[in-house]
Amino acid sequence: MTSSGQRPFDRSLLFVTGKGGTGKSTVAAAIALLAAGEGRRVLLVEMDAKGSLADVLDTGPLAFEPRRVDLAPAARSAGGELHVMAMNTEDSLREYLRVIARVPLIGRLGPLARTFDFVADAAPGVKEILAMGKVCFEVREGSYDLVVVDSEASGHVVAQLDAPRAIRGLVQVGPIRDQTEWMLAILEDHRRTGLLVVTTPEEMPVTETVALVGRVRAETGVHVTGVVANRVLPRWFAGLDGQVFEELAAAPIAESGRVGLATVIDAAAAIEARRSAGVEQLGVLAAELADVDVTVVPEAFTRAGGRRVVALVAEHLADEWGVAP
Amino acid sequence: MRDALRTREMFVVCGSGGTGKTTVSAALGVAAVLTSSARVLVLTVDPARRLATALGLGHGVPGNAPVRVAPEVFRELGHECQGELWVAMLDTKAGWDELVGRHAPDPEVARRLLANPLYSNITGRFVNSHDYIAMEQLHALHASGEYDLVVIDTPPSRRALDLLDAPGRMREFFGGRLISWLTIPARSRLAAAASRPFTAVADRVLGSRFLADIAEFFTLFGTMEAGFVERAIEVEALLSDERTGFVVVSTPEPAPVREARHLVSELGRRSMGLDAVVLNRTLPAGLRGRAVSSAAAELRDSDRVTRVAHELAPMLGLPGVDRATLEASLAHVLAETGERVSELQTAATRESDCRRSLDEVAPVVVPLPAVRGDVSGVAALVTLALQLR
Repeated sequence: MTSSGQRPFDRSLLFVTGKGGTGKSTVAAAIALLAAGEGRRVLLVEMDAKGSLADVLDTGPLAFEPRRVDLAPAARSAGGELHVMAMNTEDSLREYLRVIARVPLIGRLGPLARTFDFVADAAPGVKEILAMGKVCFEVREGSYDLVVVDSEASGHVVAQLDAPRAIRGLVQVGPIRDQTEWMLAILEDHRRTGLLVVTTPEEMPVTETVALVGRVRAETGVHVTGVVANRVLPRWFAGLDGQVFEELAAAPIAESGRVGLATVIDAAAAIEARRSAGVEQLGVLAAELADVDVTVVPEAFTRAGGRRVVALVAEHLADEWGVAP
Repeated sequence: MRDALRTREMFVVCGSGGTGKTTVSAALGVAAVLTSSARVLVLTVDPARRLATALGLGHGVPGNAPVRVAPEVFRELGHECQGELWVAMLDTKAGWDELVGRHAPDPEVARRLLANPLYSNITGRFVNSHDYIAMEQLHALHASGEYDLVVIDTPPSRRALDLLDAPGRMREFFGGRLISWLTIPARSRLAAAASRPFTAVADRVLGSRFLADIAEFFTLFGTMEAGFVERAIEVEALLSDERTGFVVVSTPEPAPVREARHLVSELGRRSMGLDAVVLNRTLPAGLRGRAVSSAAAELRDSDRVTRVAHELAPMLGLPGVDRATLEASLAHVLAETGERVSELQTAATRESDCRRSLDEVAPVVVPLPAVRGDVSGVAALVTLALQLR
């Protein structure tokens, strides 16, 4: 629960970012499910079409056209809905031209889109502005109660969030400049829009998270609603037990002939070492981002992937954020 | 990997973000200098602060200048360095400026390009540039003849394969219609009927001044075409050469494994040399074996665990604690550990699924253990290096 009482998804637009490998897509999907479970109509948008959201949700390949995802019976009876889509340049350009710019189109965009794709890659902010435009457009239209964006990984998300401001700086007149105004009105409204950063308790993700929060606050007007520290290992031993475990891990057990036990202790020690390094990193996170809410999500020891893991994460977030079961 | 370490002149280390590529790259370099008298350079991308410190890469190191790792660092750990280990950081921004300086036909073009308002935006955000710079640097270092072996840690890309495509895309870009369209003077452009839809859209969406800036940028950029294309061809050839080996890094997680399999198949398709898939941060072997299962059963039996605690207590060095308290605590710890075995075994099963998936596609899979303690320390690197040999 946040200090203001506003849960991360109590808004219209939530961006979820994080370094690659931290579980950003899983967390984004879990949040979308939670909101749908409360009876809301949710759109989950994957920004990077080469991402793993389809695997996380066990759906087929995602398209620009949103597809509906099956919900658990409880969520369905609450009236919630979850729709998922993946951003792509050609489709977002086509929609932009048709709906906003009202440029009449003859025939397929085909070759134009390929060309545009390349310019979009090179010309700063073009791809990003189309993606952000689409997202803000959905918020403005109000067809969904909540738009959750499984954003670019933390290395690229600032460029995306900053795109409207950047374009406004580069393009002096014209319809696209006008559009940046209403986009910014949505993005910079702290109660409507927020950014959630996902990290794991490891050095590089934590370092990037701290740097990212700094950059987002300095370079964009988007509100950082919190951090999710994912895959945190549980503490097994405290106090004297902890010391005894450390000694046990260092003892030459294998030499006493107890091979099985030695292997178990070895594995437990490896995990314990990772856990304690993680604790140090969580400390760094708390110290560097003292005014940011950090939600800890434990490692889900499950063999299954996909929806099962998402469900476990959603369950835990529900506990932490006060979501009715 | 032993043969590869002896014969390859270049290792390209690739894989998903977060799999420990930088650590593996450094470990490969260490493995090479511990086993041969080679002069080795490890080119890293944004190493973790502690790794950088451990290797002597302080924040004061400017640009791309290589720094030698002192042999004392290894001697202190009881290892003799046969070769020379050098480390450098890849700085993609500086790399672009260097590239422009190198390929521009004259200093005036270079100056105007660097001053173009879009230059830093494009070089900063054009994702492929990171990969292209990495490849260009690799080529330059290899061509310099200063090193027997260069190990390159690849930049985090949206897809690890972007780096292989980078030279080809550069070539396509310069050879394509887009750049010639963008560099036609405005008057002729308006007259060109074929380009009318694009003009209408572009002017409407982007505004004419923006297009003018882009046109200038690409006009200047286009003058460097010859140099870029020539270099791109050379880099592509170098990547396919038998003197270059690829090491794909993964962790036992579904997403990195998927990416690793994809990389392996792409490398095969391009006839590029895969030396090994490294499965990083694995748990100790044997977790699902019978010895472990019987140990777990023993620990879950309250009588037997007490006896085990009694037997093992003398091995522990906790002088301030009386025997009875120690044994009670140890019995509790052992029992708890016994309870956790199923969690450990679940993790081991997940790992084994990942391992099997990789074995299906790659002839050599090297598991590297999760390192206990400071993974960025040189001691850890040496441990990993010895496993890679």
